[in-house]
Amino acid sequence: MSKAANTADDALSWQSRQRRVVTVYLPLICFVIILLFPFYWMTITAIKPNAEMFNYKDYSPFWVVSPTLANINKLLFETSYPQWLFNTMLIAVCSTVLSLVASVLAAYAIQRLRFKGSPYVGLAIYIAYLVPPSILFIPLATMVFQLGLFDSPFALILTYPTFLIPFCTWLLIGYFKSIPYELEECALIDGASRLQILRRITLPLAVPGLISAGIFSFTLSWNEFIYALAFISSSENKTVPVAILTELVQGDVYQWGSLMAGSLLGSLPVAIFYSFFVDYYVSSLTGAVKE
Amino acid sequence: MATVDIRDVRKNFGSTAILHGVSVGIEDGEFVVLVGPSGCGKSTLLRMIAGLENISGGEVAIGGRVVNNVPPKDRDIAMVFQNYALYPHMTVRDNMAFSMTLAKAPKDVIETEVTRAARILGLEQLLDRYPRQLSGGQRQRVAMGRAIVRHPQVFLFDEPLSNLDAKLRVQMRAEIKDLHQRLKTTTIYVTHDQIEAMTMADKIVVMHGGNVEQIGPPLDLYDRPANAFVAGFIGSPAMNLLHGTVQGGAFHAEGGEGSWPLPTGARVSEGQRIIYGFRPEHLRLDGSGVPLVVTLVEPTGSETQVTGRSGKVQIVGAFRERITAQVGETIHVLPDLAQAHLFHRETGQRLDA
Repeated sequence: MSKAANTADDALSWQSRQRRVVTVYLPLICFVIILLFPFYWMTITAIKPNAEMFNYKDYSPFWVVSPTLANINKLLFETSYPQWLFNTMLIAVCSTVLSLVASVLAAYAIQRLRFKGSPYVGLAIYIAYLVPPSILFIPLATMVFQLGLFDSPFALILTYPTFLIPFCTWLLIGYFKSIPYELEECALIDGASRLQILRRITLPLAVPGLISAGIFSFTLSWNEFIYALAFISSSENKTVPVAILTELVQGDVYQWGSLMAGSLLGSLPVAIFYSFFVDYYVSSLTGAVKE
Repeated sequence: MATVDIRDVRKNFGSTAILHGVSVGIEDGEFVVLVGPSGCGKSTLLRMIAGLENISGGEVAIGGRVVNNVPPKDRDIAMVFQNYALYPHMTVRDNMAFSMTLAKAPKDVIETEVTRAARILGLEQLLDRYPRQLSGGQRQRVAMGRAIVRHPQVFLFDEPLSNLDAKLRVQMRAEIKDLHQRLKTTTIYVTHDQIEAMTMADKIVVMHGGNVEQIGPPLDLYDRPANAFVAGFIGSPAMNLLHGTVQGGAFHAEGGEGSWPLPTGARVSEGQRIIYGFRPEHLRLDGSGVPLVVTLVEPTGSETQVTGRSGKVQIVGAFRERITAQVGETIHVLPDLAQAHLFHRETGQRLDA
C-alpha cells in the first residue's frame, strides 16, 4: 500500500518536475538568453582583434580565439574616455542628489501636510512627467542658452531633474503613504518639529524608497542621450553615451572594438551601483514599512 | 498633574458636525474614561485634547491654561496610540528616550528616567530590542514607558488595548490601573468597551452621536442611568428595555404578554408610553410573574443566562442560582422593582420616582 503510494508520489513529482521545466525553466532560459546576448556580444567584440571581427569565414562570430586588450587600451589612452566617464559620473550624481532632495520635500508636503489642492499638485507633477523629452528639449534649449549654461555640465545637471523629480516624487508619495501616520503624530506630541519628524522618523523609514528613487535617477541620468546630445558640443564635456557615438564613429568608419569597449565600461558603474541595492529596490516596489 | 476642563467643545469636519458642544470637568489625578459606540466622537475629543485636531468651537484647558492654540508638544501631555506607534527603526531605549533627546536633556538624566520607567514596567531586559522583536503586550508597555518618562501632566490613551487578545487585555487593564494608582497622573482613556470603562474609571463619560449622554462614577451609571442609551450601553448582558404603555397601574409591553408591575411611586400617568428597563441579573423566578418561553440557556458556571420570549418581546435573565429550565419550557419571572428603570419614550430621559 505504502509502496503504491510512493510510486504514485514519484509519478506525480516527476510530472510536476516536467511541468516545472516546461512552464518555468524553459521560458526563463529564453528570457535570460535574449536579455544577456547583447551584453555577451558587447563583451566579446570589445576584446576581439580587428582581424577576427570581420572575418566570418575563418572565425566564429560568437567566439574569440585570441583575445586582446588593444581596443580598451586605445579607448582609455588615445581618447578622452576617462574624462567622459568623469563627466557622466559628475552629472549623474549631482542631478540625482538634486532630484532626491526636491522630491523628498515635495512628496512629503503632498502626502502629509493637509493643504488645499494637494492632490491636484500631485497630479500636475505627474502630468509634467508625461511630456516627452523630445518635445521638452526645445523650450529647455532656449532657457539653457539664455542662462549661458550651454556646453557646461550644469546644462544637464539642471535639466535632468525635469523628468527625474516627477517620477521620484510619485514613487516617494507612495512610499510615505505606507508609513503609519500615528508615528508622526506621536513624534509631534513627543516634541518634534516638522523637519525633525522628516529627518528622524520619516526618512529613516523611507530608506528603501529613497534608494530606489536614487537608483532610478542615477540610471536615467547616466544613460540619457537627447539632452546630452543637444546641450553639449565640446568633446571634453561630453557624456559617455553621446561621446562614444560622436567621437568613436569617424565619418562612416565604426570603430567597433572601441565602441563596444566604451559601452561595456560605461554600463559597469550602473550595474555595480544597482547590485549593491537590488534588495532595497525590490522591497520598495513590493513591500511597505513593517513595524 | 493637572485638571482638564473641556468647555462646550465643538468639532466640524467641513459641514459635518462631529461634536455638538461637549463639556467635561476632570479633576487632578482622576482616571476618566470616554466610552461610546464607534463614531460617537470620543477619539476626536481625545485628539483635540492632544492638539492633533483643531478645535472648531469652545475651549480646552489643561491645568487652568487654555490650550486651544498651543501645539501638542507644549501641552505637557503624553499619548498612547491604538497601534502603539512605536518607532520601528529605534530600540526600546531610543523609543522611550526620544522625547527627552528632542528636548536636549542631559544624557545621565535620560538614562535615569528610561531606567526608572523600564523598572516600573518590567522592561529592563528589553531595552536593546527593536519593536518588531516584542510581543503585543510588551509593545503596549513600551508605549506606556514612552509616556511615563516625560512626567506629563496628563496621560491620554486611545483604545490602547483593542489590538490585544482577550486574556492579555484583562492583564494590561489591571497594569494600567495599577500604574495610575502609583503615579496619580490625570488620565483620559478612550474605549468602546464598556467593561474596560467600568473596571478602570473613576469617572465615566458616555458619549453618543457627538453628545455627552452622562458623566459619573461607574456604579452610578450602572445603577441610575440618566437615559435609555446609557442604560442599554453600560452593562453586559445589556439591560432589557421594553417599549410599551402604562395600563391599569401596570406596564404592558408592545407585542408582549402579561403585565409588568410598576415601581412604587413611579410618576407615570395612565396611558403614557414609556420604556421599561431592568437588568438581567435583577430578574427572579416568581410563579405570579410574566410568562416567558425559554429559547436559549447559557450556563457560565457562576451564573446561568436564560433568553426567553414573552410574545414577540425578547428578554434576557441572569440567575446566580442553578436553573433547570429547558428550551421550550415556560417560566414565570418578575424584576426586582427597586432596580427597575423607567424612561421617557420619545426623549429616552429617565423618569424619576
